Amino acid sequence: MSASHSHSPAPQDASHDNHGAHDQAAEAAHIAAHLGAYIKVGVGLLVLTGITVGLSYVDFGSRSMNIIVGMIVATIKASMVAAIFMHLKGEKMTIWRFLIMTGIFAMGLFFLTFLAHSDPITGTSYSTH
Amino acid sequence: MSTIATADVGHHGGTEPHGDHHHHELGFWQKYVFSTDHKVIGLQYGITGLSFLFFGFLLMLVMRWQLANPGAAVPVVGAFLRSVFGETVMTDAGALTAAGYNVFGAMHGTIMVFFGVVPVAVAGFGNYVVPLQIGAPDMAFPKLNMASFWCFFTSCVIMTGSFFVKGSAAKSGWTAYPPLAGIADLEGGSLWLNGQTIWLIAMVFNITGSLLGSINFITTIIQLRAPGLTWMRLPFFVWAQFVTAFLLVLAFPPLEAAGFMQLTDRVLGTSFFMPTGLMVGQTVAQTWSGGGSPILWQHLFWFLAHPEVYVLILPAIGIVSEIVANNTRKPLYGYKAMVYSVFTLGFLSFIVWAHHMYMTGMGAKVAAFFQVTTIMISVPSVILLTALLLSLWGGSIRFNTPMLFATAFLPMFGIGGLTGIPLAFNAVDLFLHDTYYVIAHFHYVVAPGTIFGLFAGVYFWYPKVTGRKMSEFLGKVHFWGSLVFINGLFFPMFLQGMAGVHRRWYDGGVTYEQLAGPVLHWNKVMTASAGLLALFQLVFIFNFFTSWRIGKKVGRNPWDATTLDWDTPTPPPHGNFEKPVEVFRGPYEYSVPGHPTDFHPQSQRD
Amino acid sequence: MSNLITKYFPFFTDREVPHTVSARPDTGLYSAKLGIWLFLASEVMLFGGLFSAYIFLRIGSEPGYWPAGLLNVPVGTMNTAILIVSSITVVMAWAALKMRQLGKYRLYMLVTILCGLIFLTVKLSYEWPAKFNHFGVFIKKEAASKYEDFLGNKHLQEAGQNPRWEISGHLLDAPKGSHYAHQAEHNAEHFGHETGRHDAVTPAEDDYVIQLDAVNANPSDKDNDRPHFWPVPMSTKLAVISAADVESASVFAPRHSTYFATYFLITGLHGLHVLGGILVFLYLWLPFPGGTKLYKTNPEHLANRVEIAGLFWHFVDLVWIFVFPIFYLL
Repeated sequence: MSASHSHSPAPQDASHDNHGAHDQAAEAAHIAAHLGAYIKVGVGLLVLTGITVGLSYVDFGSRSMNIIVGMIVATIKASMVAAIFMHLKGEKMTIWRFLIMTGIFAMGLFFLTFLAHSDPITGTSYSTH
Repeated sequence: MSTIATADVGHHGGTEPHGDHHHHELGFWQKYVFSTDHKVIGLQYGITGLSFLFFGFLLMLVMRWQLANPGAAVPVVGAFLRSVFGETVMTDAGALTAAGYNVFGAMHGTIMVFFGVVPVAVAGFGNYVVPLQIGAPDMAFPKLNMASFWCFFTSCVIMTGSFFVKGSAAKSGWTAYPPLAGIADLEGGSLWLNGQTIWLIAMVFNITGSLLGSINFITTIIQLRAPGLTWMRLPFFVWAQFVTAFLLVLAFPPLEAAGFMQLTDRVLGTSFFMPTGLMVGQTVAQTWSGGGSPILWQHLFWFLAHPEVYVLILPAIGIVSEIVANNTRKPLYGYKAMVYSVFTLGFLSFIVWAHHMYMTGMGAKVAAFFQVTTIMISVPSVILLTALLLSLWGGSIRFNTPMLFATAFLPMFGIGGLTGIPLAFNAVDLFLHDTYYVIAHFHYVVAPGTIFGLFAGVYFWYPKVTGRKMSEFLGKVHFWGSLVFINGLFFPMFLQGMAGVHRRWYDGGVTYEQLAGPVLHWNKVMTASAGLLALFQLVFIFNFFTSWRIGKKVGRNPWDATTLDWDTPTPPPHGNFEKPVEVFRGPYEYSVPGHPTDFHPQSQRD
Repeated sequence: MSNLITKYFPFFTDREVPHTVSARPDTGLYSAKLGIWLFLASEVMLFGGLFSAYIFLRIGSEPGYWPAGLLNVPVGTMNTAILIVSSITVVMAWAALKMRQLGKYRLYMLVTILCGLIFLTVKLSYEWPAKFNHFGVFIKKEAASKYEDFLGNKHLQEAGQNPRWEISGHLLDAPKGSHYAHQAEHNAEHFGHETGRHDAVTPAEDDYVIQLDAVNANPSDKDNDRPHFWPVPMSTKLAVISAADVESASVFAPRHSTYFATYFLITGLHGLHVLGGILVFLYLWLPFPGGTKLYKTNPEHLANRVEIAGLFWHFVDLVWIFVFPIFYLL
């Protein structure tokens, strides 16, 4: 048993060794340059939160219009969090690929259940209460 | 670099007086119970899953007895069943009660899908074989892997325990449709300790375990492939597991959400799925605020449960592909087409779910959408099946036991798949919905389909796990018996279904004799087939356990296979490979002209 | 300590699996980063399922059965801001580690943990309990005209608004046998103490007596047509409602309506995520072998752990960004 341990393959970790002090310093400098952006985005999110609250007391003509406006602002905020805080901007393709799929399926879940509520061909709409 | 950290600990702890025999060996508990080794976890999943498959099969036998002999006491074991399952399920004489039939029906479905096939096909074979086939020392997150098994195991304990609460286990089908499931088992019972509530809690654990496991699979396949193992050099089984894991990651959470909702409906009195004005008994139920929608559950449930169908079948297709390539001694026909098909299949499987819901009257527009996508999904399925059939063409086929099961898989899965096409059409489905035709259709997919694939996989990888082959003779007896009687069991269901026999009649249709009379005699045939099928499974169980000790000893590559899983010592040690692996070629280089042997392993430089 | 753990619980130790810390060259990712994003993808679908239930139930609800303006907007706004601040600090904590500034990391992480705790405290000790002491009855439609003074449907119809079927406030007296009797007694005592009115009404045995919310006290007031930012104090007006006219009655708990059912389920699940995040952050903040102790041996590994815990935390924040408007504002 123990013999086979010592003969186990070295993991394919090419980058492990050359991850030296130089790389680390370069990365640190790169991150230091981003600190301002994090604060700016954070402040932007706080401002947009205020705007969301404010807009919800403005009459856009109908409740559904208000919902649409509110959701647009929320989506902008969510994109800011995802893009900057979660580093999705510039993230690797592997992650983007399955996140796009996830987005498509989540939308499918939203819209198809939504469509199931009414049928324009027969003119029926299904209310649950 | 050592493969496991515990080996290092041994060195550090060497000063301890009794540290000697602990040096490199883990104790029993750490080695076989709380193990983080993917192979041990794979076996834990596999053995738990196979036990549940057998248990689910036995539940079905009792139901089939009841269908052929309504009201008659179950022979031999009737009294025993009465003492185990209690008065809700069995009469004093030892016959199945109506409620008992519902319990067994619900638990048969639940157990077969979530506690049998998925654990064996995805978690069992996936855990054991995928890291070996991609040349990895273990899964990407070994501890997470252990956590997912113990989540699953907890769900097994909870679900099995639900048989023993007052009123017995869940009775609302594996689909747990509200509003019936919302009020089931609450009358006169405990709020928490009742069948349906426990079912939901067990499912939450089961789903959590599945999710953690699938995340692990995807990460492992992306991150831990050996050098040179590019995507198009992956064995098809790995592709199948990869897509399956994605289906689980993205489709299971909505059901988990729905499970939470049904749980709060039952214990907190919410109305997610409870409509206004619901009549319970003969009065309007005041317990609920109303305003919920039973249809919402169906959407969320089938959003999982349709992809789940592909979760059940894809690993089996993967296993069959490995075995077909190996035993025809030639490459898979259309490997790339199969890869693209399996992806298309995975994608489409997310947008076909409402074909289970044509009867809800969801409207022509939505029905038309789902009808189209459902027909579309048959295209990649047919490509997969056709590629496998064409792979047989011109091969010098070795008909060993795994290959027999793999070959039989093709027409059986074909029957299951093709009989699904009529069900995809809205108008036809309105007639066939909830008849035995549907039962026959999906059982052909999962029983002689998936489960034959799983048997093939067990016979195929058994030598890798144990170092011994299973008996070929007993294997062939098991195969032929199973093939004959599984068809005897399921084929007559098509006839009954088309005659209009409803799937939920617990007396086998006697009450509706005027309608079902001409096809009722098939019940006897099916029940007899089920019993004989059980006998042939005993052959398998006997073979499985005896071969562990007395099977023919084999080396590391008994099937002359090409993929990396046959490149490890048998059985594979911790860390799997003795030396660094590198991959130089595609997965199925059999009978390459000019090469001295008829197989050219992926890890061989030339 | 870590030696003891590895000795007796070897399954808690790390196997040497490649790419635990450093990135795989062709994907550019270390495994945990891929893993956490996959987990977040499944979380998107989990909350997606809940939000789709919200959409489904809200669109399907009959006019007047989807309450609005029942939650405390200033408190909700404050909690939103707190979560956003914690999101900033957690990304700063990660950046500090990347720049190898352990002191700053500890500080930012502490602020993050405190923000999480404040969020949970506000939710559990103020927002939820306030709802549980609020009571509403939905009036049967055929009896609605009897309660026009509290419902104001004539006015709402003229204003082109949805009808109102619910009368809400503090329950002062419940019908005999109701399990809200104790709460009613408590409220009545409080009400008597505040107003000096101890025998304001003499209800029949199966009457609800409710100290009205402002909106039911003056239902025809144009001011009450839309929700207010600052919660309006309750009126001291009382309504007496016969149980026979009531379709359903409940405190503002999950069983009250599909609105509160979704609100409590989603915020509850979100709260559990916040709690989980706090626990992970505590682990990374304290000198555990996998926490700040790891800084000495492998600071990059600790930075990675903070990054993936941070990704989870940002996601929790992101969910709240949607939860806040759909339940509090719209």
